[in-house]
Amino acid sequence: MQQSERILKRYNERPQTWWRYALSFLVVAAALLWSAMGIEYKGIATRGSDVAYGVLHGIFNPDTAVLFDPGEYGVGYLLFETAAIALLGTLFGALLAVPFAFLSSDRIVPKPVAFLVRSFVLMVRTIPSLVWALIWIRVTGPGALCGVVTQSVCSIGMISRMYVTAIEDVDTRILESLDAMGCTRFQKIRYGILPQLTANMVSTVIYRFDINIKDAATLGIVGAGGIGASLIQAISTRRWGIVGAFLTGMILLMLAIEFASTRARRKLAHGQ
Amino acid sequence: MTEPRQQYRPNIQAGAQLADAAPVVRKAEPRIPADLLALGLAALGAVVFDISYLTGEPLRRLLFWLGLCLAAGGLLSWLIHLYLQPVRVTLNNGHWVMRPRSRLLLVMVFLLPAIWLSLLATRFNLGIITQRGHHMMGILGRIFTPNFEYFGKVWPPLLDTLKMSLVGSALGSFLSLPVAVMASSNINRSKVSLWLLRVVVNVVRTLPTLIIASVSALIFGLGTFAGTVAITVFTFGVVSKMLYESIETIDMGPFEAMESLGASRFQAFWSACMPQILPTYLSHSLYSFEMNIRAASILGYVGAGGLGILISERVGWRDYESLGTVLVALFVTVLIIENLTGYMRRKLS
Repeated sequence: MQQSERILKRYNERPQTWWRYALSFLVVAAALLWSAMGIEYKGIATRGSDVAYGVLHGIFNPDTAVLFDPGEYGVGYLLFETAAIALLGTLFGALLAVPFAFLSSDRIVPKPVAFLVRSFVLMVRTIPSLVWALIWIRVTGPGALCGVVTQSVCSIGMISRMYVTAIEDVDTRILESLDAMGCTRFQKIRYGILPQLTANMVSTVIYRFDINIKDAATLGIVGAGGIGASLIQAISTRRWGIVGAFLTGMILLMLAIEFASTRARRKLAHGQ
Repeated sequence: MTEPRQQYRPNIQAGAQLADAAPVVRKAEPRIPADLLALGLAALGAVVFDISYLTGEPLRRLLFWLGLCLAAGGLLSWLIHLYLQPVRVTLNNGHWVMRPRSRLLLVMVFLLPAIWLSLLATRFNLGIITQRGHHMMGILGRIFTPNFEYFGKVWPPLLDTLKMSLVGSALGSFLSLPVAVMASSNINRSKVSLWLLRVVVNVVRTLPTLIIASVSALIFGLGTFAGTVAITVFTFGVVSKMLYESIETIDMGPFEAMESLGASRFQAFWSACMPQILPTYLSHSLYSFEMNIRAASILGYVGAGGLGILISERVGWRDYESLGTVLVALFVTVLIIENLTGYMRRKLS
């Protein structure tokens, strides 16, 4: 038998799984059809096309007076406030996450405790940050403080989960070799554990800051400080030039932060 | 070798190297050494600062500050450069190691003022939280005793949220496939279209979903369609970005092999690259669907349909027991969907 024939024969004997693909395709298609029928399209709203045109026009012709306004209602200060909320929220979240991380690691506490803490953290994480802000606003009143508190609580979930991974990845053989060298307990922690944890933890916190600054921009919608409140007000009063100015500033800030955070994390992961 | 062995101080910082071990591998020196550049900057600043006294009033001020900033920045970066030089530590046995400097101090120099400014800007006040914290406990207590009679009203918006995120994820993922393919540098050789597409994708991705939803609610009217549009746009940005990053890591060997056998570029792409891309693509789409349920649940706050309407209404009426019902329903849905998509994604990889 020639080689090409043998190849052909093997090819024809390949596992036939098309029915599985067909089945999953049908299920997905049916789900999509059901969902699409549930979504009512009422056509473009009255003056809807004006809005679309206004938004596009505003983005390409931002109101420079607002964009470069150094005062408290200018883009610069609002973005600074947004970044301040994200910075404090991330830092407090990172601190609050430490006990949760230790309490939800099987290595440190008994399994049932770890399970309970983990499900509590999961529950906190599923509540959208906007809802947390709506609740916290009853406590702190509207303003940037509400944003800080909200983000501190919302960051706990993700950060503590990443901490747990970092803790569980600690290579204990290093501790043994430090033991063999006659190191004290403090030296073991300082040179054996901390260098393994810090890179991962700092990387997590930087990543969370990146997420939080995006989130802080929308939290303003419910009155939790930052650029969101002014932006949504400008949208509802249809001042597209101002909307364009806010969006331009926001997009630039977020791209810059994301670029810096990606670079910093890459550096942390691969050494200096 | 005068000291006993126990006196060695361990040093396992990355980069520590014994001198008589393998030769030290150094990075290629940059063409202009960083310290020279920094000092040059400082010198230029000093010159500009000097010149400022020779010119007229408006220009003088500008040059004054420019020169001052340049000189200060140059000196600062020179100091940082000096500070970051690794230190040579001689051990007791005559060996030496290069110990890299800790960046902690440097980070703190920037971080502490930033924290202080942030505390000022947000008017942070721990007193408010400690004094009024019990309100939070009260509200949380009411949320965690959900009013299950309310569940009948939760059902239709919950389905709306599901539908919005399903259709939005599907449409967004569908749109993102061609864009991501054209935005990956190993397939698209044209630099201009590559960067144009990437800028568009990244700008779209930074737009918050709620902002897109509030604009599309103005365009398409209040309701689920506006939410679907917002989810579609958001998914498009996220999936495109994740996908073009994964496409860039695929193996281009089969593609080249097929091209050398005489296949057209499209044929080669279709049968050599698509099988590699497809599982990742589906996995990214499923992941975005998972995220979208959470995102879609709050879109109703700006009038784009779904659970958000109930959330804003219940919070407004301070009916936290019913809010608890909504959140429990959302929690269970997210849990089910996450397990389902997690299972499918494990199957895909």
